[in-house]
Amino acid sequence: MEYFLQQLINGLTLGSIYGLIAIGYTMVYGIIGMINFAHGDVFMVGSMVSFIVLLLLGVTGGSGAFMIILSLALVVVIAMLIASVYNWTIERVAYRPLRGSFRLAPLISAIGMSIVLQEFVRIAQEGRPKPMQPLIGGGYELMHRAVENGEFIVKISNMQIIIIISTLVLMTAFTLLITRTALGRAQRACEQDTKMASLLGINVDRTISITFILGACLAAFAGTMFLLYYNVTDFYIGFLAGIKAFTAAVLGGIGSLPGAMLGGLVIGMIEVMWSAYFSVEYKDVAAFTVLVMVLIFMPQGLLGKPEVEKV
Amino acid sequence: MSVVPKSNSNSEETKKLTLEGLAKDLVGTAILTFLILTPIVALRTQIGQGVITIVQKWGLVFALTAIVIGVRLFLHLIMWSDTPLSLAIRSFAKWIWQLFLKYLLLPIATIMFCRIMLQFIWPETQTILRNFISLFIGVMVGVAQYLYREHLDHQAVTTGTSQSLGEKISQNVAPLLLIFALAFPLFTYFHPIWDKRVMDLAVYILIYIMLGWGLNVVVGLAGLLDLGYVAFYAVGAYAYALLSTVYFPQWLGTGILPWAFYISLPVAGLLAATWGVILGFPVLRLRGDYLAIVTLAFGEMIRLVLVNWFSFTNGPQGILVPKITFFGLPFKDAPGSFSDFFGMPFNRIHFYIFLYYVILTLALVTYFVTKRLRRLPIGRAWEALREDEIACRSLGINTTTTKLTAFAIGAMFGGFAGSFFAARQGFVSPESFVYIESALILAIVVLGGLGSQIGIVFSAIVIMGSFELFREMDFMKAVLPSGTEPIQFRMLAVGLAMVLMMRFRPRGFVTKREPTVYLKEKKSVSGDLVAEGHG
Repeated sequence: MEYFLQQLINGLTLGSIYGLIAIGYTMVYGIIGMINFAHGDVFMVGSMVSFIVLLLLGVTGGSGAFMIILSLALVVVIAMLIASVYNWTIERVAYRPLRGSFRLAPLISAIGMSIVLQEFVRIAQEGRPKPMQPLIGGGYELMHRAVENGEFIVKISNMQIIIIISTLVLMTAFTLLITRTALGRAQRACEQDTKMASLLGINVDRTISITFILGACLAAFAGTMFLLYYNVTDFYIGFLAGIKAFTAAVLGGIGSLPGAMLGGLVIGMIEVMWSAYFSVEYKDVAAFTVLVMVLIFMPQGLLGKPEVEKV
Repeated sequence: MSVVPKSNSNSEETKKLTLEGLAKDLVGTAILTFLILTPIVALRTQIGQGVITIVQKWGLVFALTAIVIGVRLFLHLIMWSDTPLSLAIRSFAKWIWQLFLKYLLLPIATIMFCRIMLQFIWPETQTILRNFISLFIGVMVGVAQYLYREHLDHQAVTTGTSQSLGEKISQNVAPLLLIFALAFPLFTYFHPIWDKRVMDLAVYILIYIMLGWGLNVVVGLAGLLDLGYVAFYAVGAYAYALLSTVYFPQWLGTGILPWAFYISLPVAGLLAATWGVILGFPVLRLRGDYLAIVTLAFGEMIRLVLVNWFSFTNGPQGILVPKITFFGLPFKDAPGSFSDFFGMPFNRIHFYIFLYYVILTLALVTYFVTKRLRRLPIGRAWEALREDEIACRSLGINTTTTKLTAFAIGAMFGGFAGSFFAARQGFVSPESFVYIESALILAIVVLGGLGSQIGIVFSAIVIMGSFELFREMDFMKAVLPSGTEPIQFRMLAVGLAMVLMMRFRPRGFVTKREPTVYLKEKKSVSGDLVAEGHG
């Protein structure tokens, strides 16, 4: 029971990170109907930028709490800004000119862009993983239970609390943005019918650009959290995280925001539980299997609408 | 799927050029470029002796930003504006380019080709003589081309038929390439210093040509974007590895081992095709994008199983396998070997030449089978499926079998290539079958022009050959910041090429498609006009 609870906490943390990335996939898919294959790499850029800025600021775990909070805020803002610039440029350069081209063109372009981002970061920042000292330590012990040698302690670290709570806050803010503001209305309109939205005076190009920027912000935040949670980052993390976040988006029902978050949590749980109870080597296989199963048996996902293919 | 109208997408091209707008645009570009480059490029983090330091590279950032602004300014002033000056410059450049294509391209290519060939064939001559001979041949070719063009133009005026020289050449490019490929190993006779390296490179390129042709069936013809193609390559390689090291000795005794490659080749192809059907079956209902991700997931799953199933595949350490033999005669300096049997002195080059012809045969089989299949109903169904799946279904084409055959046949060729790869290396490990390999093969197909078999030959030569070129380039090292090797930039270049290709030449470099079937007259469709559902 205690073991399960501990895994539940770990899964919730991992799932939050996946969920944040998944939102970028699901929103872009909702509007222009393509998989932004480079989105996972935008997440990686966010993580890498956070690492660089943290190193530049020179904060360590020993600095005061106020300093840490201040610099983390700065890191998050800069990472979001840079990742937004990346995603905006990618859309502008690699996707927008391809609208109206044949079906596979944007996807192939996105795959190319993903390779470009990975290689760009690898060349500019060395290929080796970048380790760092844990910045935020400590945590709370929730439960004790005596086992044969010593005792099993259920812990939740401060970092996990930060990730879960900030994800909740971001999600709430984001949901409000989509449901309550003019921007969100324009976005939902584009999602339903792009042609009609543009006839009604919505600047579709601008809405799509903003969607990419919003997605990048969330991915960059996830990148920062990933760095702080695992204390390491490298140029290749975007690939696996990208596929898993995409799996989350599909599982939740592509195009649905709560679905993406739910899907992220489920995927995080599955991965952690699989590693805990079965084999840690095959955790990625488990996540991929979920993707395949969902697409075959439940292509509309948990919360999505069934897609009708029209001529 | 929602379709975005092709609104403002080309707004720059038609925009009036004002000084204010230009300044705004340039400043915006500069800021964006600067922001993109600043954290990743300017602040390079380096790990050394347990400490991570930041090396600042602002000069590089400013230089790159300046280049981007310069290009953007050039595009604005020359390419996207319609002032008399820019129009004049554009038409002049176009004129020069066409002149170059028409009269100078062939002679210059001939001079370069002759010069390289002379270096190989006749290395003991003086440089000046070699230069002179190449120059002479080039000029003769140029004159001959000029006269022949005049003749063709004259013929066109008198008879009314028009067929340019370029069209004539492109019609005959396949047989020319074939003759070149068959004769290629001859040069090892002339130049025994580089031979192993060059032959090895040729074998390497041919493997990728074959993989490209195999993937072309799935992506180029049937329009199913397969990102896990390397899985079938892995199945083929491991099939040969496991059969020759574990199962053949068990079942058939060790005497069979010299023949292992020839027996396991068809088995590997069949196994890969079976896997193609198994993996293809669940994804039949999926649309393009989903299909890509699921095949990617399958590819990774197979790799992860190869890494983790230690008792079966020996995990990441890989398996040592016997190398290919000349129909039972091994290539080594010993009695009973190839050289001993034919009474020749032992030379490693025999092994490479034999490898070359084996993979050439395999690749040609792929080529001709695909070429014939394209004429059969199934091949036409593939191409129809690529253009419009719903129309296909409504015309009574069984999309299930059509997709599955594409998957199976593509996978089978991948399996053959994998088997050959294992027999060439003498070693297989999961490291050879990572996602980036799939992306590379896809890039070869994409850059060759989806569906074009000859295009794949050229793109494979350019991509894999340029990898070697990147390795050799000394002048690149002078330009690049210290500590970076030109070879590092290869995948970056491949990725960029994929994006640019989709942007400017989405249907390949030859922007003309001849329909395989036509009514009354043959009308070719410009590749630029072919969007989805309009082909």
